[in-house]
Amino acid sequence: MMISQFFVLSQRGDNIVFRDYRAEVPKGSTETFFRKVKFWKEDGNSEAPPIFNVDGVNYFHVKVVGLYFVATTRVNVSPSLVLELLQRIARVIKDYLGVLNEDSFRKNFVLVYELLDEVIDFGYVQTTSTEVLKSYIFNEPIVVAPARLQPIDPAAIFTQGAKRMPGTAVTKSVVANDPGGRRREEIFVDIIEKISVTFSSSGYILTSEIDGTIQMKSYLSGNPEIRLALNEDLNIGRGGRSVYDYRSSSGSGVILDDCNFHESVRLDSFDSDRTLSLVPPDGEFPVMNYRMTQEFKPPFHVNTLIEEAGRLKAEVIIKIRAEFPSDIIANTITVQMPLPNYTSRASFELELGAAGQRTDFKESSKMLEWNLKKIVGGAEHTLRAKLTFSQEFHGNITKEAGPVSMTFTIPMYNVSKLQVKYLQIAKKSSSYNPYRWVRYVTQANSYVARI
Amino acid sequence: MAPPAASQRYPSPSQPSGKSEVSDLKTQLRQLAGSRAPGVDDSKRDLYKKVISYMTIGIDVSSVFGEMVMCSATSDIVLKKMCYLYVGNYAKGNPDLSLLTINFLQRDCKDEDPMIRGLALRSLCSLRVPNLVEYLVGPLGSGLKDNNSYVRTIAVTGVLKLYHISDSTCIDADFPATLKSLMLHDSDAQVVANCLSALQEIWSLEASHSEEACREKESLLSKPVIYYFLNRIKEFSEWAQCLILELAVKYVPSDSNDIFDIMNLLEDRLQHANGAVVLATVKVFLQLTLSMTDIHQQVYERIKSPLLTLVSSGSPEQSYAILSHLHLLVVRAPFIFAADYKHFYCQYNEPSYVKKLKLEMLTAVANESNTYEIVTELCEYAANVDIAIARESIRAVGKIALQQYDVNAIVDRLLQFLEMEKDYVTAETLVLVKDLLRKYPQWSHDCISVVGGISSKNIQEPKAKAALIWMLGEYAQDMSDAPYVLENLIENWEEEHSAEVRLHLLTAAMKCFFKRAPETQKALGTALAAGIADFHQDVHDRALFYYRVLQYDVHVAERVVSPPKQAVSVFADTQSSEIKDRIFDEFNSLSVIYQKPSYMFTDKEHRGPFEFSDELGNIPITPEASSDIVPAQQYEANDKDLLLSIDEKDDNKGLSNNNGSAYTAPSLESSSNITSQMQELAISGPAISAVTPQTSFGFDDLLGLGLSTAPAPTPSPPLLKLNPRAALDPGAFQQKWRQLPLSLTQECSVNPQGIAALTVPQSLIRHMQSHSIHCIASGGQSPNFKFFFFAQKESEPSNYLAECIINTSSAKAQIKVKADEQSTSQAFATIFETALSKFGMP
Repeated sequence: MMISQFFVLSQRGDNIVFRDYRAEVPKGSTETFFRKVKFWKEDGNSEAPPIFNVDGVNYFHVKVVGLYFVATTRVNVSPSLVLELLQRIARVIKDYLGVLNEDSFRKNFVLVYELLDEVIDFGYVQTTSTEVLKSYIFNEPIVVAPARLQPIDPAAIFTQGAKRMPGTAVTKSVVANDPGGRRREEIFVDIIEKISVTFSSSGYILTSEIDGTIQMKSYLSGNPEIRLALNEDLNIGRGGRSVYDYRSSSGSGVILDDCNFHESVRLDSFDSDRTLSLVPPDGEFPVMNYRMTQEFKPPFHVNTLIEEAGRLKAEVIIKIRAEFPSDIIANTITVQMPLPNYTSRASFELELGAAGQRTDFKESSKMLEWNLKKIVGGAEHTLRAKLTFSQEFHGNITKEAGPVSMTFTIPMYNVSKLQVKYLQIAKKSSSYNPYRWVRYVTQANSYVARI
Repeated sequence: MAPPAASQRYPSPSQPSGKSEVSDLKTQLRQLAGSRAPGVDDSKRDLYKKVISYMTIGIDVSSVFGEMVMCSATSDIVLKKMCYLYVGNYAKGNPDLSLLTINFLQRDCKDEDPMIRGLALRSLCSLRVPNLVEYLVGPLGSGLKDNNSYVRTIAVTGVLKLYHISDSTCIDADFPATLKSLMLHDSDAQVVANCLSALQEIWSLEASHSEEACREKESLLSKPVIYYFLNRIKEFSEWAQCLILELAVKYVPSDSNDIFDIMNLLEDRLQHANGAVVLATVKVFLQLTLSMTDIHQQVYERIKSPLLTLVSSGSPEQSYAILSHLHLLVVRAPFIFAADYKHFYCQYNEPSYVKKLKLEMLTAVANESNTYEIVTELCEYAANVDIAIARESIRAVGKIALQQYDVNAIVDRLLQFLEMEKDYVTAETLVLVKDLLRKYPQWSHDCISVVGGISSKNIQEPKAKAALIWMLGEYAQDMSDAPYVLENLIENWEEEHSAEVRLHLLTAAMKCFFKRAPETQKALGTALAAGIADFHQDVHDRALFYYRVLQYDVHVAERVVSPPKQAVSVFADTQSSEIKDRIFDEFNSLSVIYQKPSYMFTDKEHRGPFEFSDELGNIPITPEASSDIVPAQQYEANDKDLLLSIDEKDDNKGLSNNNGSAYTAPSLESSSNITSQMQELAISGPAISAVTPQTSFGFDDLLGLGLSTAPAPTPSPPLLKLNPRAALDPGAFQQKWRQLPLSLTQECSVNPQGIAALTVPQSLIRHMQSHSIHCIASGGQSPNFKFFFFAQKESEPSNYLAECIINTSSAKAQIKVKADEQSTSQAFATIFETALSKFGMP
């Protein structure tokens, strides 16, 4: 169960952090790893899998914000354990540094080594709890300003111009004090739902799934106990029914297929009143992960039409309609569609008065791309694209193009209707009233409409 | 401490050249060394950071060693830490410095601050200087006794480090014994966990030459130790929980109640958010229930949902690790996952290594009820922009076609692929159509009419070309222009780079010639001439062979080259079932990811805890075995005390009611009653004599063993009933085995199911245990396994000992029996054989 080395490489392959715990893997493992990942070509895949073996050494890696977090070992270990560990190390470091990037690593390498020494000893994991580590770690982080949005973190979307959100939270170190020396007492609970929907060419839903996480980040002093109440009509498990049974479910309850919980969560009264109680450890962690295949209303309806218009021409019309209330605004929407590979040119026509929209035809990958800054609930937008082909097409043009895929983020909206009814903090005194932030967000994981 | 990044490949332009900066630092450090001025620690910190950052980028700063040590006479822990990092880096390469370092660290090991004691001890043990190990023993000894748990956790790992530097020093200091006692008594969970890791490593390495270590290693698997860990599993960190679960996998439970107790205790671990904990628990469940078919299947049902949740909740890398395990289960028991096929649909943004696994899973779960939908979905992927995945999808459709009885719809889809006119789609499809025709010749008309329409010019890939040529030869009579297409291809012999294609051309020309001689004669001549002149040995040989056999007799040639074909019923599986079972036994390890058993990618010493040791067979049988070992059987009587009952543990209270229906549905509890009854029946079955009181009359009548018949005249083998809770310690076993004469030797065959189930000794051990025959030692690896079993009479302490050697390749078992009571040894042998013959049976 032990690892031999841990290292972090930049996208270019530079060593950012390197720690050898057991001295049993030959020198040059970082180069070996990087060469292998960069030029992976095996079993028809162009992408290196997270685990591979070179000369008896097993390399594990996860990619976080473009950095490679790597562990090596010669032992036949549990793969999940090592990958989970790498992910957790990244999270602990982020908890401390506030921002995770090459720059923050380099500025704080002494602190990072200090952390690594306490997390792993002689290849064995000691602890990955930010809470426990706090009593062993003495270096203070040198805080680096977040250069730009961090794509890694779903909660990062809250940093964008949302008035109600304190944007600093996600990039705040758990140990650093705010300017002024006092820490603000606050706690964040984020309900993040990633949805996957596949529509058939006739617009029916073929598959849909919600993968949700209730994520928590606490800056409360004195570790008070917290009670988190969820919908009272919440049900877990779908009985004997097949999970893809779409007959309208009786009652309006929220039915999760399955869920799992963080170690610290106690479920004593979960059965009676759907309340989770926990003493949140420091740092960011998932309180609960859940999975749901219950029918839900997809936030966007996509309608695509592709028509021949002469021997070397065709027209594509994509319509998207936002199926959520008008006080909700989706942002950073991208619509993509692969075009026939003999497409040589595409000219676009947006609706009149369209603002904040961008279109592009990616010549090399024959990809149509349509970006929208935001879409207000209830609105409908249309894109027309005139395609020119370099050769005559034969057969069915719809087989050569598509499917249409979408990515988007919808703050303050969740499709599952799972809710945090209240967030109760055990009171220390009558005047103790920390900030509580409960935030919802829905993101597209795989949102595909076939044509 | 080991050095951090020793060098950096792209030094920044502002990097100092070295010398002058280092001597500057030296002077500055010296000035600060004696100072007690306020704020001096801050200035020291800045200087230390500089030193360390130089060190990290590869500048030699060893010359400031003395000053660094002098400056670190401080209580500032940040300074200390940086100093340790520094000395750890330079001590190894420099003997003079190491001695200095050791003095300095030894002093800090006695510091009043536990943090400093711990850190100094860790640095001391990490120096890896072999000739200085004597200095470690003292500080380690006191570290293990330290009243601070942080220091103790470090000291425990320190012992392991010492063992790797000098095993004799570690053993001589009797550290393993100290660790064992700490493991069983320390109040701090991390100390206990570190003891367990350290002891597992030390004893595994020692076991090759020390019997005592071997016994100690085995004793970790004894019931009291296992239950000690399992009962307090929640006190441990999630990582240590994995360690404990891995240990529990190797535990051989005494009976089915034992199994259900463990499963109920661990049930809520399946809801853990950490995938490693869940997989380790799943492994325990799967291994425990191996010999109980019904429950084993229930386990599959139970673990499905948690695994699917993990697949969709983590990063793509974590999903991949879980999905690989799910893949293994799906391929093993496709019918259990048949209704969940939609979970294995690919999402467009998934990495290709994930998609590939999913495609294989879709292929595996396809059955009569879902094939249509799966194939429809796969056809969508065939038009995918990711060509590698499009190819895999087409192959998947083909595989499904080959494993289904009703292929009508699929053949149509395959033929539609050919109409898509994408080169790679056509290529893949041709290969599949060829295989399909080999299995279902009746489809030839439909296929050939479509294949005939494909221009061979559009096909470049050798495999596809070879497939097309094969069909041209095989169905020459149905494809009007076959001879001419072949002729064209033969004319371009020189441009054909693939030897495989040229070989196929020769054969196809021959076949075509037998069917349509006048049209093919010329082409065949050209082909043979070109083939004989070919530089490729195989092509040359085949051409020459065809030529000679044609010369000898055309009819003989036809019988050789184009005999009537039999349809292929099953295509050979790429992996033997033995290898698959081996991988399954190594669940939750890299074997599952690589889809290879560990011996194929790891050398012996690194196979980790998954390999069952093969030397253990000999151990307790040797004369030196001492009496202080703790055999598992002795504790059987106290079973119930060892395991806290579920009700006492409030954490477990919610087991059946806290999470709604998903968690109550497959209740292991209720089934346990049924199976334990079944178990009883199985035990009393072969013993024939008495019927256990629990058994219902209906069942007895079914068996024709009504209570009334029990006292009736006995059948020829004398009545013998074995005690399911027999106990015998290895020492006594050994003594008896030496003293008793051999009563009888028998050889019998083992049924194929038994052989298939016997991938590791444990599977048979559990099975025999359910027949009240207990294992005392086992070992070996496929194909040879050796076991020592014992059993006792129900009513009196009369023992039966047996040695059983099973060769899985010959499917034979050799049994040697020794008995206290010679007269009943034949009866025992019969029970033994009966039990063995049921092994592997559902």
